Amino acid sequence: MAWVNAIIQGLLIGGLYALFACGLSLLFGVMKVVNLAHGDLATVAGYIGVGIIAVTHVPVLWSIPIVVVLMAVLGYVLQRSLIQAAISRGELTTLIVTFGLSIIIENGLQQFFTANSRGLGVGDSFITSSFSIGSQITIAWFNLGIFVLAVVVLLGLQQFMSASKYGRLIRAVADDREAAQLSGADYRHVFGVAAAIAFGTVAIAGICDGMVTTLNPTIGTDTILLFAFASVVIGGLGSLWGTLIGGVVLGLAQAIGAQINPSWEQLAGYAIFLLVLVVRPQGLTSRGAQA
Amino acid sequence: MSTRTENRAPLLEVRDLVVHHGQLQALSGISLTVFPGEVYALIGANGAGKSTLLRTIAGLHHPTSGSISYDGKDVTGVRPEKRASSGIVMVPEGRRLFTSMTLEDNLRVGASFARKGPWNIARVYELFPWMKERRNQKTAQMSGGEQQSVAIGRALVANPRVLLLDELSLGLAPVIVQRIYSMLPQVLESGITVLLVEQDVSQALRVATHLQCLLEGHTMLEGTPAEVTREQVEAAYFGVTDGSVSNGLG
Repeated sequence: MAWVNAIIQGLLIGGLYALFACGLSLLFGVMKVVNLAHGDLATVAGYIGVGIIAVTHVPVLWSIPIVVVLMAVLGYVLQRSLIQAAISRGELTTLIVTFGLSIIIENGLQQFFTANSRGLGVGDSFITSSFSIGSQITIAWFNLGIFVLAVVVLLGLQQFMSASKYGRLIRAVADDREAAQLSGADYRHVFGVAAAIAFGTVAIAGICDGMVTTLNPTIGTDTILLFAFASVVIGGLGSLWGTLIGGVVLGLAQAIGAQINPSWEQLAGYAIFLLVLVVRPQGLTSRGAQA
Repeated sequence: MSTRTENRAPLLEVRDLVVHHGQLQALSGISLTVFPGEVYALIGANGAGKSTLLRTIAGLHHPTSGSISYDGKDVTGVRPEKRASSGIVMVPEGRRLFTSMTLEDNLRVGASFARKGPWNIARVYELFPWMKERRNQKTAQMSGGEQQSVAIGRALVANPRVLLLDELSLGLAPVIVQRIYSMLPQVLESGITVLLVEQDVSQALRVATHLQCLLEGHTMLEGTPAEVTREQVEAAYFGVTDGSVSNGLG
């Protein structure tokens, strides 16, 4: 039964990884920006959550919408200023600029919040309460809650992209920027909206991560960014459900690895990542290599 | 010329337009005036600068010098998306559809920043009746002629005042080209003025009310199809040097 519990645990944590990944996937899919500061921005969101809770004493869950809005605004502004300027200077520049942003954020966080880790306390009763199926399978409400939240976020994103005006414009700009301009769309504004949405998902991911584990200034690149990349690669670019599957596969691999030998948790995750890269480089859900 | 200019303000006026692609001078001082209701055709061989001229009018290239005015206002520095939403709408060369999207989503994007006017998605389905039952198909799976029609539909739903058509016939069989051009009367009837670029000279002569022939960035010939002879067009098209051909503008 320990195995079944491990698999369920891995599956549920995969939702969190999908949350890490969907913003990264969106930014790359729409503007071909590989955002190396992605994980650090999630960490920033977590710390903003810590700050808001410390000052206003709102419950953790209430801090999510506030942080989402703040991060979305930050996303729009960063996109229209720094990232757009980098895009205009070529793809390599966006890598350098987001890498620089990552270093600035990590050092800034260490300066202001010290290197100590901090958690976002949800309250002991919610963190520890669980329900059982049969006599031996135990599922924590908290982990299930995060998985459900991830699915809801991805569903909402999917709905937005397929049915709303700005979702259509984002897809149009991703297909052909110039043709979208000829239809009256200012692609810089559309990029800004896409970045705002991506940063919104980053905010949710950062706060959830702060609740699941603890935040420290370097967690962004150490885990969040790497897990996000791995999920995107495993699942395949361009599909939100692929991202969910990628996150779940990564989570399962880590859980199963840890079950075999506790020191194999990370190893198993990256082994699957490399295996997918070798065997199916387009990802599990993409239909074929696309230019 | 005299009958064209009487009592009417031009809708689109291009003055001495010079455009460079890097070091290369693509347009060397082109002027043109389009009046409401006209079908103005730009003809010329490959590399004559026709598409560059159209793309500059749409705002996709920045001219080195010269001016573009639309409806009496200077739009030379206006961004392409602002020109589109104010009524200068282009069907780009090569169709440039949003290929990952369905036909109807392509039209919806076209209508996102539309002016008020007679065109909407339902009217486009009347113009191209085959579209309605295939509206949920991805445009990548469509034939060249079908894609060209979708590109025209996507421009029409924006309710342009000036429709810029760049090489509609490119890569299409003559019979398909005929079929696509057969939409033109309905477009004109709805009050849209057309400025088109066409390599197929006989097609251009068939639909145009006014034409200009470009060669290597220069104007070689200008007039109505009735004013110019076949020989003059051929001479201008291929650049045969004969002073009498150039109609005072070259």
